[in-house]
Amino acid sequence: MVIEQVSVFVENKKGALKDTLGILAEAGMDLRAISIADTSDFGILRMIVPDADATLELFKSKGVTASKTAVTGCKLPDEPGALHKVLSTLCEAGISVEYIYAFITRRNEDAYVILRVEDNVFAQYVLKSAGHTIMTPGDAAGL
Amino acid sequence: MTYWNRAMETMSRDELSALQSERLTGAVNRAWERCAPYRAKLEAAGLQPGDIRGTDDLPKLPLTLKDDLRDGYPYGMFAVPMSEVVRLHASSGTTGKQTVVGYTKGDIGIWNECMARCLTMAGATKDDIVQIAYGYGLFTGGLGGHYGGEAIGATTIPASTGNTKRQLQMFLDFGSTVLLCTPSYAMHLGDAVRDAGIKDRLKLRIGIHGAEPWTEKMRDEIEERLGLRCYDIFGLSEVLGPGVSCECAERNGLHVMEDHFLIEILDPETKQPVPDGTPGELVFTCVTKEALPLIRYNTRDICTVDRRPCACGRSFARMGKLTGRTDDMLIIRGVNVFPSQVENVLLGVEGAAPYYLLVVDRVNNLDTLEVRVEMADGFSFDEVRRVEALERRIAKEIMSALGVTAKITMAAPGSIERSEGKAKRILDKR
Ligand SMILES: [Zn+2]
Repeated sequence: MVIEQVSVFVENKKGALKDTLGILAEAGMDLRAISIADTSDFGILRMIVPDADATLELFKSKGVTASKTAVTGCKLPDEPGALHKVLSTLCEAGISVEYIYAFITRRNEDAYVILRVEDNVFAQYVLKSAGHTIMTPGDAAGL
Repeated sequence: MTYWNRAMETMSRDELSALQSERLTGAVNRAWERCAPYRAKLEAAGLQPGDIRGTDDLPKLPLTLKDDLRDGYPYGMFAVPMSEVVRLHASSGTTGKQTVVGYTKGDIGIWNECMARCLTMAGATKDDIVQIAYGYGLFTGGLGGHYGGEAIGATTIPASTGNTKRQLQMFLDFGSTVLLCTPSYAMHLGDAVRDAGIKDRLKLRIGIHGAEPWTEKMRDEIEERLGLRCYDIFGLSEVLGPGVSCECAERNGLHVMEDHFLIEILDPETKQPVPDGTPGELVFTCVTKEALPLIRYNTRDICTVDRRPCACGRSFARMGKLTGRTDDMLIIRGVNVFPSQVENVLLGVEGAAPYYLLVVDRVNNLDTLEVRVEMADGFSFDEVRRVEALERRIAKEIMSALGVTAKITMAAPGSIERSEGKAKRILDKR
C-alpha cells in the first residue's frame, strides 16, 4: 500500500516556490505534508495531498512539470524514540532510505513518516513484521 | 560494386581535376555574361573571366553569401530568361525572405542524375519500391527524391510526409523496400511500427535520410525499429536539393558529386583553405548548373573533407557531418564552441532534452559557461542524487566533446524559452 507523493522541480529563482504553492492555494487544494530538498541550483518540492492525480492535472494545466512517486508511509505514536525504532528496523534489514520527512496532524494523536526506499513492498513487509503500522492512501486522503 | 555512373564516379583525381577546371572556367564565364550581380562582384574583386583558368584559381574568386541570394529575390540571381526555367523551389528563410531557386531542364537532369547516384550508392535498384516520405512542395526533399527514384527505374511512391498510419499501410500493402524521409520522421515511423507490432511484416531494407542533423544513436534506433540500413544524404536547395552528397556502403562520410559541385573547407577567420580533416566553413561552387549560378557559396556550416580513396572505389571526396554554423560560434577561453555541439551531446544523454541555453559570462577575466538544460519528459527528478548525477554526466560529456568546462543547471521540461525559427540559445553577458 504505497502513498502517492507529488513532486515538483523548482528552479532556484526568486519567487519560484511561492508561485508553485500559489497554484495549489488558488485552486483551494489542501496539503497534508510538504518537504523541500534544496541544493544551490534547484529544489524539489515533495507533497502529500488528498488526491495526487487531481494535483498532477492541476500542475499540468498550469504548465508546471510534476511527477508522482510511490513512497511508504508509516504511522507512529507521537512519542520520543518512535522514529528511531522505524529507522532501526529498516537498517537491520539492510534497507537504505533515500529521503525521509515526518509530519503530525491535529485529527489524531499519531505522527506520520514518509520514507522513500528502493523497494516499497519489501520495506513495508519488514516494517509490518516488526509491528509498525503502514499508512494507507485512505489515511492520506482523510487526514 | 554498383555505380550509377561508373565513368564519372570512379575517374582518377587528375582527370576529375581537369574536368572541374574546364567546367569552372565555363561557369565563371556564364555568370559574367548572364548574371549582373556576379559580374559586379567579379569586377569589384578586379577579376576578368580570363583570370580563372582552373580550380587552382578558385581561391581568387569572391565568396557568395546567403544575403547575396536574398538580395536578388526572387529572380535577380538567375542567369537564364524565365522561359528557360522549368521549376522553382524555395528554401524556408528562418528570418524574413526566402531564397528562390530556379532550375532549367538541364539542371533538373543534373539533379535526377545526382539522386540516381545516391540511391544506387545506398544499394537501391530498379527492383526496389521506394516510398518518398519527404514533404512534397517548395521544399526540395519530396520531388528531389521522387525523380531520383524514377530515374533508377524503381517503383516510386509519392507518399509525402505525415499521416503516419497511412505510411504504415503503404509499407505493408505496397511492400516498400526503400524509405526516404527526414531522420526525425524515420524515428517517428519507427515508434509507430513498434507500437503496431508490424516490424516482422515489413520489407524495408534501405533508409536514406537527410535535411536535418542526426546522430549515430538515432541511426542505430531507426535501423533497429524499421529493420533497415540507413544512409545519410545531404543537399541544400541553393546548390541543388538532396543529392549533393550521400554515404556509400562504407558509411565513412558523404561522397560529394564533385563533377558538378566543387567543395572547399575554409578557415572561418582567414577564409583560406584548411588541410583535409580540419573543420572549417563549407563552400560549394556549382560548375554545371544553369539557372542559378553559384560561385564559392559559403554555407557557413562547419564541416570537414576527406579526399583519401574510399573502399567503394569512388574517387569523389567525402564530407563529414555538419558540426555547427559559424553564425552561432562562441569563443570560450579560446575554444570555438558551437551550440549544435552541445545539442549533439544532449541528444546522446538519457534524461536530458535537447533544449538548452548557453549562458556565457566573464568572472575575474575568465570566461565561464553555464548550460541550462531541460530534463527529458518523464525523467524521475524526485531524488537530488539523480538530478546531480545527470548534471555531472552532461558536464563530463561536454568536456570530452568540446573541451570546455561547463556548469550544468537542470531545468524543468518545457521551461526554456522556444521561439519561432532561430532559437535563442545563447545569452552572452560578456
Ligand atoms: Zn565510398
